[in-house]
Amino acid sequence: MKILAIDTSNHPLSIAITDDDQLIATTTLNLTKNHSIYVMPTIEKLVAIAGWQPADLDRIVVAKGPGSYTGVRIAVTTAKTLADTLQIDLVGVSSLKVIGAHVAQLQAGRPTIVIFNARRNNVFAAGYQAQQGQMNEWLAQQHMSFEDLLQLVEERQEAVSMVGEFDAQFDEQVAQSPAHSLITRLPANYAIPSAYDLAILGRSAQPVTQLDEFVPDYLRITEAEANWQKKHPGELKQSYVREV
Amino acid sequence: MASRNLILAFESSCDETSVSVVEDGHKILSNIIATQIDSHQRFGGVVPEVASRHHIEQITRCLDEALDQANVTYDDLKAVAITYGPGLVGSLLVGVSAAKAVAWAHHLPLVPVNHMAGHIYAARFVNEFVFPQMALLVSGGHTEIVYMKDEYSFEILGETRDDAAGEAYDKIGRVLGVSYPAGKTIDEWAHAGHDTFHFPRAMEKDHNYDFSFSGLKSAFINTFHNAEQRGETLDRNDLAASFQQSVVDVLVEKTLKALQQYPVKQLILAGGVAANQGLRERLEADVTRQFPTVTLIKAPLKLCGDNAAMIGAAGEVAYRKGQRADMSLNAMPGLSF
Repeated sequence: MKILAIDTSNHPLSIAITDDDQLIATTTLNLTKNHSIYVMPTIEKLVAIAGWQPADLDRIVVAKGPGSYTGVRIAVTTAKTLADTLQIDLVGVSSLKVIGAHVAQLQAGRPTIVIFNARRNNVFAAGYQAQQGQMNEWLAQQHMSFEDLLQLVEERQEAVSMVGEFDAQFDEQVAQSPAHSLITRLPANYAIPSAYDLAILGRSAQPVTQLDEFVPDYLRITEAEANWQKKHPGELKQSYVREV
Repeated sequence: MASRNLILAFESSCDETSVSVVEDGHKILSNIIATQIDSHQRFGGVVPEVASRHHIEQITRCLDEALDQANVTYDDLKAVAITYGPGLVGSLLVGVSAAKAVAWAHHLPLVPVNHMAGHIYAARFVNEFVFPQMALLVSGGHTEIVYMKDEYSFEILGETRDDAAGEAYDKIGRVLGVSYPAGKTIDEWAHAGHDTFHFPRAMEKDHNYDFSFSGLKSAFINTFHNAEQRGETLDRNDLAASFQQSVVDVLVEKTLKALQQYPVKQLILAGGVAANQGLRERLEADVTRQFPTVTLIKAPLKLCGDNAAMIGAAGEVAYRKGQRADMSLNAMPGLSF
């Protein structure tokens, strides 16, 4: 099975093509520039290097968020449209899991928490734990304050590894938290996603059944929507888009 | 090589997701438009992040329907045309990403199209174009007079210095309690009223073709609020008529002035606000009287708003002109002619 895997959830962009679980070619960029410029040229180049045609692809695997809204949308739009137009399978994988599943494998059963900075002292977080050859979800992915995350670790009293987008404020909060002795912060190089890992996660997963409905996991509604819902409880419609 | 001249076009610059198949640049085989207006009405205007989220919900459905309805396959297509600006960056990116994916997957040339060129080419579905030509483009985001010496050459003669005309309608609409977008309702009220307030005509006497609508907007809002403070209720139809008269006067006067300076064979009226009946009637009357040799082409009402068919029409010409983008094409929110 020829797989194309795409992750542009945050600053890094990672694209891989694999034949089953065999890596054929991969490129990772860590520019803070617009992914829109580099996604398709990278795909084009990797597929050409492999000597494949677009029509040779069997499956698209995409990191579907959370992350930067725009970043995730570029990958998901590209992946969804490719799957639609080539009539092949599409698989969405949590962007947190792309990093978390890989890192947790190296942590010998110790839970690994992945965080993406969601601004204003909030994070998108998820926890993974490798047990008896299985990857378990230690913490379901969610949008939460970093404070709440530290408290959760304290309550569970388990030693964990933490990896992701740390800023100085997060480091400071970890240092001052009662959970601080439970947390091992992994170096930044662990936090770069690899689309090869994404391809492997997506290879055995169930493909999307309703392709048109496939959208990113933003894990957070927009501010405008949140304010509107507060003022109009129970008024939410099924669809706000109609054909004219 | 496909024998038929078919362009698959994408448009997602604001709050409509649209995909269309156009034959020979002037025949619409399909024009699927998914509008988000009901969503943004809740917020009183387009919220960019909400718009981007709706686009990604709609894009593949619109694509599949456009091909189905046109009864064509990818093998029949000649090129993929895409709006890459101007517009909201997050919205544009959905269409751009999708169009690139389709072009790459099927080895089709990718043709970048300026959204404003698209609006002009909506008139191509009415008449064949003859040059030189001028266009009055009026929409929620743009108000400009464009001169086209030849096919697909665009020179902006004048543009708005502040609010676009459609934006001004929405802002005074908010004061009158009209839900977004306000244009159609204000237009209807205006037809039932009279210009009794004589709002200012901005820059009408200036020796350029630029527009300004913020002064008119302020005058309108002041008149409304002063009356409110005095406990008076002003006739909404007269308010609408006075506002619309001022907008139309300025748009038409500037256009006529430009026609004097730049002799053209055709004048095109296009853009979302081109659906305004007051503007259509007045421009028709004045152009017929003062410039009998100029043919006025009004974009069809259902193609005044954003749609992909107009991008397909412009894209067909751009394709013939050899315009191509590679896979690094990015959205250009501030794109200008």
